[in-house]
Amino acid sequence: MSVQRWNRRELIQAAGGLAVAGLAGRAFAQKPLTAGFIYVGARDDYGYNQSHADAVALVKKMPGLKVVEEENVPETNAVQKTMQGMIAQDGATLLFPTSYGYFDPHILALAPKNPGVRFAHCGGLWTAGKHPTNVGSFFGYIDEAQYLNGVVAAFATKSRKLGFVAAKPIPQVLRNINAFTLGARSVHPDITTTVIFTGDWSMPVKEAEATNSLADQGVDVFTMHVDGPKVIVETAAKRGKFVCGYHASQAKLAPQAYLTGAEWNWIVPYKQIIDAAQAGKPHPNFVRGGLKEGFVKSSAYGPAVSEAARKQAETVRAAMLADKFDIFKGELKDNTGKVVIPAGTVHKQTDMALEGMNYLVDGVIGKV
Amino acid sequence: MATPRNWHASAEAVILPVLALAAALLLFGVFCWFGGQSPGEVWTLLFRGAFGDAFSWQNTLQRAAPLMLTALAVALPAQAGLTVIGGEGALVLGALGCAALPYVMPVPGGVLGSALVLAAGALLAALWVALAGVLRQWRRVNETISSLLLGYIAIALFKHCVEGPMRDPASLNKPSTRPLDEALRIGPIAPDSFLGDVHWGLAIGIALCLLFGAWLSLTAQGFSLRVVGGNARTARLVGLPTDRLVVLACALGGACAGLAGAIEVAAVQTSANASVIAGMGYTGILVSFVARHNPWAIPPVAILFGGFAAAGSLLQRRLGLPDASVLVLQGFAFVCILGAEALRGRLFPLLTTRPAFTLIKPGAGGKAIA
Amino acid sequence: MMTSDAWITLLLAIVGGAVRVGTPFLFVSLGECLTEKSGRINLGLEGVLVLAAMAGFAGSYLTGVWWLGVLLAGVSGALLALLHGLLCSLPRVSDIATGIALMLLGTGLAFYLGKPLIQPQAAQIPALPLGAWSASPQVQSALAVNALFPIGVALAALLHWGFANTRPGLVVRMAGDSSDAARALGYSVNGVRIAATTAGGFIAGMGGASLSLYYPGSWNEGLSSGQGLIAVALVIFARWRPWRCLGAALLFGGAGAIGPALQSVGISGGYYLFSAVPYALTLAILVATSSPRGALRGAPAELGVSR
Repeated sequence: MSVQRWNRRELIQAAGGLAVAGLAGRAFAQKPLTAGFIYVGARDDYGYNQSHADAVALVKKMPGLKVVEEENVPETNAVQKTMQGMIAQDGATLLFPTSYGYFDPHILALAPKNPGVRFAHCGGLWTAGKHPTNVGSFFGYIDEAQYLNGVVAAFATKSRKLGFVAAKPIPQVLRNINAFTLGARSVHPDITTTVIFTGDWSMPVKEAEATNSLADQGVDVFTMHVDGPKVIVETAAKRGKFVCGYHASQAKLAPQAYLTGAEWNWIVPYKQIIDAAQAGKPHPNFVRGGLKEGFVKSSAYGPAVSEAARKQAETVRAAMLADKFDIFKGELKDNTGKVVIPAGTVHKQTDMALEGMNYLVDGVIGKV
Repeated sequence: MATPRNWHASAEAVILPVLALAAALLLFGVFCWFGGQSPGEVWTLLFRGAFGDAFSWQNTLQRAAPLMLTALAVALPAQAGLTVIGGEGALVLGALGCAALPYVMPVPGGVLGSALVLAAGALLAALWVALAGVLRQWRRVNETISSLLLGYIAIALFKHCVEGPMRDPASLNKPSTRPLDEALRIGPIAPDSFLGDVHWGLAIGIALCLLFGAWLSLTAQGFSLRVVGGNARTARLVGLPTDRLVVLACALGGACAGLAGAIEVAAVQTSANASVIAGMGYTGILVSFVARHNPWAIPPVAILFGGFAAAGSLLQRRLGLPDASVLVLQGFAFVCILGAEALRGRLFPLLTTRPAFTLIKPGAGGKAIA
Repeated sequence: MMTSDAWITLLLAIVGGAVRVGTPFLFVSLGECLTEKSGRINLGLEGVLVLAAMAGFAGSYLTGVWWLGVLLAGVSGALLALLHGLLCSLPRVSDIATGIALMLLGTGLAFYLGKPLIQPQAAQIPALPLGAWSASPQVQSALAVNALFPIGVALAALLHWGFANTRPGLVVRMAGDSSDAARALGYSVNGVRIAATTAGGFIAGMGGASLSLYYPGSWNEGLSSGQGLIAVALVIFARWRPWRCLGAALLFGGAGAIGPALQSVGISGGYYLFSAVPYALTLAILVATSSPRGALRGAPAELGVSR
């Protein structure tokens, strides 16, 4: 834009804009925030850790923010030392320890000793009165996206057998298995999901073996809850089966076999927490959200997803976004025949009872 | 009277490892240089991260504490001539035993209670590793392999118990045993001093290393053990109860690793869960070999390796190096130290002897005479 | 409780798993067999396995040709094993300590250099559809054998024949059984052992390639869970005979497939215990076949592990 083109109005506007930016710049310059991110595994695992790393890459672009990261930090004393190091050596005042196991005892041990530092733990269950106020936990209701995975899977399966490769039978995982199955059964009530637990969050050979075993059984659509879904996606694709992704989009790995996926969108809760820190507002202690709040999202549909599947999934999604849809409501029986949600009861996503889920719904083949 | 050779041996014991470490650091610097980093920065950060300030020291000591015990788990059987590498499994069983004791009997609070739960863990682990010793003495099963296999089996048993029969129903997304009573836990040694939150495990580790070192060097039983380790046949000829000594060494080693696991539960995790499986057993193997299986040398070596790990954290945060760089550094250090072993006994002759004067007879095809 | 269908499924899973999971064990144990026959033990094969897996993946990813990846895997395995051989030939250096050192170094280098390889996909080793005659997809998948497996079987045959009938085989065995005899014949014992260790590393490296280029077919840091070390155990209970290494590898691979297979037919209690089956089985067989009397029969006399 050459000088002659500027007229007086634009000049004043520009001056005003510069002044505001200058003020804001000075305000930010007074408080450059250092945020530390801690991963339990490798950052580029096409899975859980990567979902965080992708969001961190976006955070790095935010103004007034410095980022330090450390990966492969085990859930031992080492993470306490890492956090202390970030506080003492890097001047971090906002920490994001992203693995569930960091909460108790590690964050709880450090938080009282560092009252000026905010801890934002992913997945934890912060409880008022029990836990310090400079600690908070955030998580997303990714089971909503798994429900949609199930809906899409139901249209794609010919054998009516779905497979779920999971790490451990903990509530967050069981919730996903159940949501996936309920979603599939909402289309075809006779669909079954066979679950195999590998025992740990990252066991590539076991995951491949589990996928092959399930494929041998006639399962033709897979999904999973492990830290790194890459192996399962590739193995399923090699057997000519379909797969729904998890954590992040694995569509690039198997473009024809990938139906859709349940992905995290951590940048949304990150931003909430960082904005609160930068503005000096109190640390949000319990941050939860689902599809509606943008905490989770679905991957784009793959080429094998039929028109009917898309329509059905979008209808359900719209209902979820309008808060008119409940996944866990009575009467719900588990796969041993016991009634786990009595008729007439509805569990909203925020309901604490869901955080302690310990059953597998009817239609799931497997034991907790 | 200190003969020249005695003096040489002691000097070598210090100079060789130092030389080896220097070589390893050099190699690591070159390695990082190939990766586009400045070696100077890397070395500075390594030092700062390990020994730079009070925080670094706390970090280093905290990481060194369990290593001392898991190294003893390798050193003690090694003194009896065995190579036992199942420390990880023993550690895990120690953690299980510690967490399990309150399940089977009421434990009084205070120091006595802590001692009881630690002893429970140590006992369980001792029995497990002693099994490897028994298999070796009575069935000639190679103890390296059997201890390794037993280690894997122990880890599987641990996971099964922690997530199954012994699981605390309130431990939702992190399956654990019921948390240890507050009264049984182990706290920091001197919370207000420069030691910060370093817990009593460090003191226990150092004390046991000193104790076992003294046992091996100064008592008859320790001496007998070393004879068995030096030459089993001679030991048998002399009438030493080799089988019993071997199994004892394995049991003691296992007890140390189990103690490390129990301390992890009592001081850090407060309950037994999968976070206990963090490779401390394997690093202990490394520490013991570098210390040449001498319990007195284990504490400084453990502190060195603790320092590496502590520095690795800083390397990641400042230079963006992958965490595997610590593994590479440890690997270089180990390889260099082993290479330096070859110089043992030859360092001083090499340095002080003049190269033989080679007389080349003209016309003799260049053959050297001297 | 279990229908006959379920039993057949289980059996097929074990057969399929035996080959799938057993291939890396086969190569590593054959490589270790060669090394140990010459009188040296190489515990660093775990590091070799991981480093070669990474190198193989890198090779295949960069060139797009799977067998170049396999070659690169073999070469990197040979290089690491060469380092082991050279270090061990220095006086007063323990085989076992060096092995552990190289295990660490190999693993560290592999993780460090392999960071950029976690995400991409590389050209995979093709599968030979030996089950194409069957209409059942289960049989087909169980018998879809990776192209390296027949090479492994051929290697076992080659080693078996070579040890018994060729001069190099004899020299290797001499170095392992009696270093004095070898020296008397003018062979450098160290030289023979270094060569055997290096060749063993090459073979083991190919096993690494089968991990990252076939099953599971991608590179990440959890790829090996002690397979290299287990392979050393397999060599001992195969009594240093190449054909038995094949059997041991298949047995171990099959045992590892039991857990997931049982879960897939609905029997899901105690899956951790099932994952311990291969190790417990190996230990049991080791104990059963060890003789309390003297050294292990068939062990190369110079091997540190049998003394």
